Amino acid sequence: MNEQSTPTSAERVEKLQGLGSSRKRVEDVRFTQGKGNYVDDIKLPGMLFGDFVRSPYGHARVKKIDAEAALAAPGVLAVITAEDLKPLNLHYMPTLAGDVQAVLADEKVLFQNQEVAFVVAEDRYAAADGVELVEVEYEGLPVVVDAFKAMDDDAPVLREDLEGKTEGAHGPRKHHNHIFHWEVGDQAGTEKALEEADVVVEELITYPRSHPSPIETCGCVASMDKVNGKLTIWGTFQAPHAVRTVASLITNIAEHNIRIVSPDIGGGFGNKVGVYPGYICAAVASIVTGQPVKWIEDKIENLTATAFARDYHMTGKIGATKDGRITALSCNVLADHGAFDACADPTKFPAGFFSICTGSYDIPIAYAGVDGVYTNKAPGGVAYRCSFRVTEAAYMIERMVDVLARKLDMDPAELRTKNLIKKEQFPYTSALGWEYDSGDYQTAMTKALETVGYTALREEQAANRKAFEAGETRSLMGIGVAFFTEIVGAGPVKNCDILGLGMFDSCEIRIHPTGSAIARLGTISQGQGHATTFAQILASEIGIPAEDITIEEGDTDTAPYGLGTYGSRSTPVAGAATAMAGRKIRAKAQMIAAYLLEVHDNDLEWDIDRFQVKGNPERSKTMKEIAFASYNQAIPGLEPGLEAVSYYDPPNMTYPYGAYICVLDVDVDTGVIDVRRFYALDDCGTRINPMIIEGQVHGGLTEALAISMGQEITYDETGNVHGGSLLDFFLPTAVETPVWETDHTETPSPHHPIGAKGVGESPNVGGVPAFSNAVNDAFAHFGLTHTGMPHDHWRVWKTAQGLGLTG
Amino acid sequence: MIPGAFDYHRPKTVDEAVGLLSSLGDDATVVAGGHSLIPMMKLRMAVPEHLVDLQDLDDLKGISVSGTAVTLGAMVTQNELIASNALAQACPIIRETALQIADPQIRYVGTVGGNVANGDPGNDMPGLMLALDAAYELVGPDGTREVRARDFYDAAFFTARSDGEILTAIKISAPPAGHGWSYMKQKRKIGDYATAAAAVVLTMDGATCAIASIGLTNVADTALFAEAASAALTGSDLGDAAIAEAVAAAKAITNPAQDGRGPAEFRTHVCGMMVQRAVARAAERAA
Repeated sequence: MNEQSTPTSAERVEKLQGLGSSRKRVEDVRFTQGKGNYVDDIKLPGMLFGDFVRSPYGHARVKKIDAEAALAAPGVLAVITAEDLKPLNLHYMPTLAGDVQAVLADEKVLFQNQEVAFVVAEDRYAAADGVELVEVEYEGLPVVVDAFKAMDDDAPVLREDLEGKTEGAHGPRKHHNHIFHWEVGDQAGTEKALEEADVVVEELITYPRSHPSPIETCGCVASMDKVNGKLTIWGTFQAPHAVRTVASLITNIAEHNIRIVSPDIGGGFGNKVGVYPGYICAAVASIVTGQPVKWIEDKIENLTATAFARDYHMTGKIGATKDGRITALSCNVLADHGAFDACADPTKFPAGFFSICTGSYDIPIAYAGVDGVYTNKAPGGVAYRCSFRVTEAAYMIERMVDVLARKLDMDPAELRTKNLIKKEQFPYTSALGWEYDSGDYQTAMTKALETVGYTALREEQAANRKAFEAGETRSLMGIGVAFFTEIVGAGPVKNCDILGLGMFDSCEIRIHPTGSAIARLGTISQGQGHATTFAQILASEIGIPAEDITIEEGDTDTAPYGLGTYGSRSTPVAGAATAMAGRKIRAKAQMIAAYLLEVHDNDLEWDIDRFQVKGNPERSKTMKEIAFASYNQAIPGLEPGLEAVSYYDPPNMTYPYGAYICVLDVDVDTGVIDVRRFYALDDCGTRINPMIIEGQVHGGLTEALAISMGQEITYDETGNVHGGSLLDFFLPTAVETPVWETDHTETPSPHHPIGAKGVGESPNVGGVPAFSNAVNDAFAHFGLTHTGMPHDHWRVWKTAQGLGLTG
Repeated sequence: MIPGAFDYHRPKTVDEAVGLLSSLGDDATVVAGGHSLIPMMKLRMAVPEHLVDLQDLDDLKGISVSGTAVTLGAMVTQNELIASNALAQACPIIRETALQIADPQIRYVGTVGGNVANGDPGNDMPGLMLALDAAYELVGPDGTREVRARDFYDAAFFTARSDGEILTAIKISAPPAGHGWSYMKQKRKIGDYATAAAAVVLTMDGATCAIASIGLTNVADTALFAEAASAALTGSDLGDAAIAEAVAAAKAITNPAQDGRGPAEFRTHVCGMMVQRAVARAAERAA
């Protein structure tokens, strides 16, 4: 007797653990047992170590480098300087922004901790000893640390290598320290609209220099195999294929002879997108010595020499009618790029997607202009847990809307609601040219306000303000509201490329005979959980359980070409490629099933994990059966095997959004802030794995807390960097991190194969203005319009003191 | 973040340790928990040629509480201070202070002896020991001596301990039962040094403050005993006027550096707030 019961549809769906399943992260088994394989875990026979001699000066001429004592030290094999790299034409390397960056200081240094010489030794201890023994003679030069003074007539020339170059990668340079001017929108029309507006507010909103500060720093192991001429580099690369192509172009090693491998990566947040001098020096050292060379930076080097984020000085101006309809927005930005323009933006976008700065509002006319300048600071300008310059844009518009609300004496939530783009306006073309794919902003805003009990919170705040006036409390309550729109998923090849490489992405699937599968992608997880979620997308598309699908990324010898993981692009682009490749698998599977069931293709319909005959579901072939058949049946007109590859060029960006509300209490006597409540409603379209989304939101909010409350890299007037160690740089622990309340609405992207939009970066984009608005709101009734980040104790106290509240 | 080369020594007795320091001279440094020294070595701001590790010296371990006489071995960890119920009974402010040092991982290794002997004004225990009027036992080539905490700190990282001496124990005469206490510390995050911190110990006689003692952390180049502030409370009713006078007296002796925690003006202000709040808390707790 066969008592085996047939699984129900629900049971079959459950078994797949596909879209919408809170499947546990498959990566965590190795990470939680200390079995991850990070770049510093790689140990090769005969491996040498490299370490940098770095500049103590912010700006100085390098007069002489004396390596004699270092070379005499035990274990030290070589000391490489710019002079050694010049014959190879490797003393400068191209940046992703169309500039060049010194690999090793070429006659002068331009920022403190810049790479001056590379010591190669038998172990990392000998390398560090060698670094101490290299004697460098410097002649100090005047520094430029204030971006507002970079283009003064008498400002020192920073980039002598660009002397006389009046044309930069993005148009004319108007000063020797000017990098580019970039603008979009109708400047004259916007100015006119601002002049005609009932109310205009203007504010300089500075987003301080911060740093992504992943737990694992940057590093690599370069290994030149002199027998077959192949260079392999394992490294912390967020975009391994792009690194391979760039490496081939600058070294003239044929691209097939370069293999780039990204092993497990301990967080990236944009810091690991660019190419750093350490990679070049390790590769050169391996080519010269014929032995593998490892370079791993320490935390101070990571914070002070590899890519920073933000450093945008944004002057926003908003016009509105007296009843609160926004009529125009202009924003002029002074962007401090440091010593080299090493922003990691799509090449045609020197200010990234800053022009998303009209935010979530229906603003009829707008203008944005950005000027980039050189200063004596570390290079970078990467998108730290956000799409390119999107968190800067969101911070500007969300602060400005609050400033406008104060001016109009309107509730900031009410002013936002009044100006939100309406559901029926989607797809919506913004004044600065973006086509927002989908949204239902009012529903999200209403849900957020109702869930937190916004009206009651404002009443509580009114009571708190009375009590403060009466001297009954020294604590002020602040409520911060932010409604943000992200622009992610770069991007359509027609306008998005990095150094000419179109920003498509890819997926290649191979189904094994017994019905399991491997999928390889052009992206690389740094903690996002790709091995978990991409398997879920495929499970739903091809009916093979997620647990039977291996996801592999990061090895350029095996993975299909892709542009990597940053800017929340993996799900919108590689996730789409995965779904499309899955659909190709399914199309062939349908033909196989038709052959096996002896019916026409069109007589079949897909049902969860199988093809069944329409009207006769008893007659079916499961994907597992079809997989086996593809390997053992000679099917007329069909090749054996079941494989597919898809290169996906997205037709548009995706536009995730959300409504965030923060409630906090400020102790005016100490400047200490207690975040009482934080509510985050995200709409990222179709939700692949709700648990991973929640984890992403928690992580992004924690970084938003860090940025808004304490992260800052500063330079003093002599060019010394401050905040360059974890003693000062704020990485919150569980103790400082409040409880996060997460919520969602679900408005699928109409152009994405599964409707997903990406979520990893939304919480940083929306979180920062929500925190900052809450701090500003606490003091708003005393007439404060804007106080800047980071809202650390002394700045908050200073704000209170400036308002006469500290007694 | 790679230290220079050094030789490592691990003596079994205090005599052996003192002998090593004598024979190795200036190039030797003692290491206890290492949480101050090792980072300095990794930054190559400290480059000792010899490390003399004290962790095998059993004589430097253990907490002894006998009535009001409290002795802390120098190698007692912050975590052991927190875990000792006898200590919490006799002198609860020690637990309260230790709980505000760094994080649990560091407290399992960091020692009270290292914390007080290093002479770092940012460490929390020196200010507390000044408030408690503790004495430090030092053993050197010329034998054993005791130095009051209040006579120990000369300048940042300069103390009354000579290079050949080892701080072996801390001796405290605990305040009488029923005393009030509080250690108030403002910091930016877990693991940070104080923006400012205050240790307050009070003994009440009815409504009058019979004895008050205040120590301050990280607001000058050494921890400070706030003598005038203590005197302002002693004999007072701990009313607003007395507290205001104590706060003003405490602020008057501060001389903090500007750093990432804020300018001097702010750190002095926070010191005043910590004194004010610690006095209020100690008064609540006093019997």
